[in-house]
Amino acid sequence: MKSPRRSIILAVAGVAAAGMALSGCSAGGSTSNGKTEIVVASVQPGASAESLAAFQTQVKTFQKANPDIIVRGEEYDWTGPTFAAQLAGGTLPDEFGVPFTDSKTLASNGELADLTPYISKLSYYKKFNPNVIDVAKDSKGHVYGIPFSPYAMSISYNRDDFTKAGLDPNKPPTTWDEVESDAKAISAALPGVAGYMQMTSGNTGGWELTSASYTRGGRLETTAGNGKVTVDTDIPAVKDSLAYLAKIRWTDNAAGSNFILDWNGMNAAFGSGKVAMYMSGSDVIGALVQNDAVDPSNYGVTTIPLESDSKAGVLSGGTVAVANAKDNPAQLAAVTKWIDFYYGQPAIDKASAVTQAKALQASKQVVGAPSIPLFDAATADLARSWIAPYATPGLLDNVKPFTSTIGKQPIVPEPSRHTQDLYAALDSVVQAVLTQENPDVDSLLKAVNVKIQALIDADSDQAALK
Amino acid sequence: MTTSTEPLASRQGAPRTTPRRRVRGTPLTWVRRGGLANLLFLLPLLGIFGVFSWGPIVESVIISLQHTNFVVTTWSDPIWSNFEFVFRDPTFWLAVRNTGYFALLALIFGYPVPIVLAVIMSEVKRFKGLFSVLAYLPVVVLPVVSVLLWKNVFYDAGATGVFNIILSWFHIPAQPWIQSTATAMPSLVLEATWAAAGGTIIIYLAALTNVPPELYDAAEVDGAGIWQKLWHVTLPQLRGIMLVTFILQIIGTSQVFLEPYLFTQGGPVQSTTTIMLLIFQYAFQSSDGGSNLGVATALSLMLAAFLAVFSAVYFRVTRSWSQN
Repeated sequence: MKSPRRSIILAVAGVAAAGMALSGCSAGGSTSNGKTEIVVASVQPGASAESLAAFQTQVKTFQKANPDIIVRGEEYDWTGPTFAAQLAGGTLPDEFGVPFTDSKTLASNGELADLTPYISKLSYYKKFNPNVIDVAKDSKGHVYGIPFSPYAMSISYNRDDFTKAGLDPNKPPTTWDEVESDAKAISAALPGVAGYMQMTSGNTGGWELTSASYTRGGRLETTAGNGKVTVDTDIPAVKDSLAYLAKIRWTDNAAGSNFILDWNGMNAAFGSGKVAMYMSGSDVIGALVQNDAVDPSNYGVTTIPLESDSKAGVLSGGTVAVANAKDNPAQLAAVTKWIDFYYGQPAIDKASAVTQAKALQASKQVVGAPSIPLFDAATADLARSWIAPYATPGLLDNVKPFTSTIGKQPIVPEPSRHTQDLYAALDSVVQAVLTQENPDVDSLLKAVNVKIQALIDADSDQAALK
Repeated sequence: MTTSTEPLASRQGAPRTTPRRRVRGTPLTWVRRGGLANLLFLLPLLGIFGVFSWGPIVESVIISLQHTNFVVTTWSDPIWSNFEFVFRDPTFWLAVRNTGYFALLALIFGYPVPIVLAVIMSEVKRFKGLFSVLAYLPVVVLPVVSVLLWKNVFYDAGATGVFNIILSWFHIPAQPWIQSTATAMPSLVLEATWAAAGGTIIIYLAALTNVPPELYDAAEVDGAGIWQKLWHVTLPQLRGIMLVTFILQIIGTSQVFLEPYLFTQGGPVQSTTTIMLLIFQYAFQSSDGGSNLGVATALSLMLAAFLAVFSAVYFRVTRSWSQN
């Protein structure tokens, strides 16, 4: 789950984009002079003109090296609501990003193009961290894209608010207890500001509850030896995570007063100073700068606290660059070249990394947003050192609390089956503890188990029928 | 063009010169009598309705019997399993209850408001235009904009929310508005009433101008006061319009989507999940990139069937009232 979505703005923009596409702005193909034209996802809808300019610079560089390919950018953000309809209507871009949460399912459903013959020829294909490239494969092992900007869940915070509350912004909390005490201090010093908050709607409530449960050693889905997946959300780690949130809300009064917050809503609340500290993906600063006018020098991020449980880990996610299932081989080859240029090379090639960083820097975009290694830690460190001279001023220092400790945290992937359904069902439970003083958490979680297990079992029945 | 002008000419001329000739049945006579021209004039309409209305309706009946994500499609087994899924889903019954609650609140509070305002405005002698503009203004504001405005400015549950500031003037404690299961739905109804009242007020105002002034004069001569005039003259004259706005309101509130989607996404704790929002969630917020489209379409058809039956019964029952 990368950009948990379904916010109005994106939905509206999605519809607008679909409209543009319908009116003939989309659907690349072969042109009369033998060139191949592809439409690629450029920036998120609503992003600034500068970010679009940075993208255009990249396109020019690519076309210089590939004169037989014409690249056109289209503002695009993958959302469930628009994807199926755009695929059916033939208005999807040729290249776009899909969150880890959904990539395997879409690939297995035949909704993405099989890029195995093209991607397997890339020089770094075999270097991928096997756990990371796995999200781009279907159940038969075919490859549908390459993952990029993998992130780990983290705690984002407003450095100014820390200072105003008498806290040291260079020493963010390292345990859940410290998160709570800092949140209390901030809300006490700055009335109306939520000291700490988590997302609650548009499936993000479940996403962050799952993350919080991972840090306490919990797993919401387990796979038995025979492949049967069991959902169990009625476990101590989930209940502790909910009780923790309830305490911040009801006892500490440090969760603010608005409890229906999806990904965009939360980022906007953080950008407007209503939330001082929240759980986010480690790479969220890019979107915060693009869409929410957040000043990078005022932004801090640290690793999510892990409890002492031996299974405690940090939830990770990211995006897979994929191709339109309806593209022809020439387009697929061109798309793979673009994916290699735009997402692959900057991670392994110094010249590409520097070119990209310069383009981003020139258009005032974030350079140096923290992520987790795509290949191995050494390659990632090397890539980071290439772009350090162009990094957004102050950002590398501000993200140090995260980058200096993320290496020690065990990475745990998201639940694999009916992930979005599970997250959606858990949204309600998170909302219950924030809006009701004593909700019956046990029965709410049991109801989630029954609902999601039924969906998973129905899949197994269908598979058995086939 | 010759094919279209010829039958036209024949339609204008032939039947009058040869009245009551008992020829029927052959395609030629059908053409001579202007059948072809009629068909030609109908074609654009048939095409547009066929492609954009009837086609999708037929298509949705088919999809409701399938499992599909627009790429891989299989027939449901058993064929009615999508409908069965809906009936077995506890959220469906919750959504029915929530939608009913919304419709009821909107009926109790939202339905009389435009009538009362229209009657008051029709009595006002000065600044009538100004009041009309003020009443209609919310309709002109883009729905998404007004919902975001209400959500982030008026309904902010903190001490800085506009409504909470106003309440504090009267020493009333801050309310949670859309942040509580108890107050979320009434809050949505309040905004929906504000947003929709203007349009209905204009309809009532237009109807009120058609009430013959003699009726009021006669009532006054008979010694009727303002309430008696309202009860015995105004409301009976508005009855036909009120019956139509009533059914339009029921249909509109049964399909409420914008407010729950933009304000709360169905929360908190599904307290504002309506049928339309559930259809949206089935179709677009599931894990499989839309493989629940069949279920979503099944529920859409169920809603459409319910509203069609309800409307038919309503018009049947109220036929005698509106004719009187």
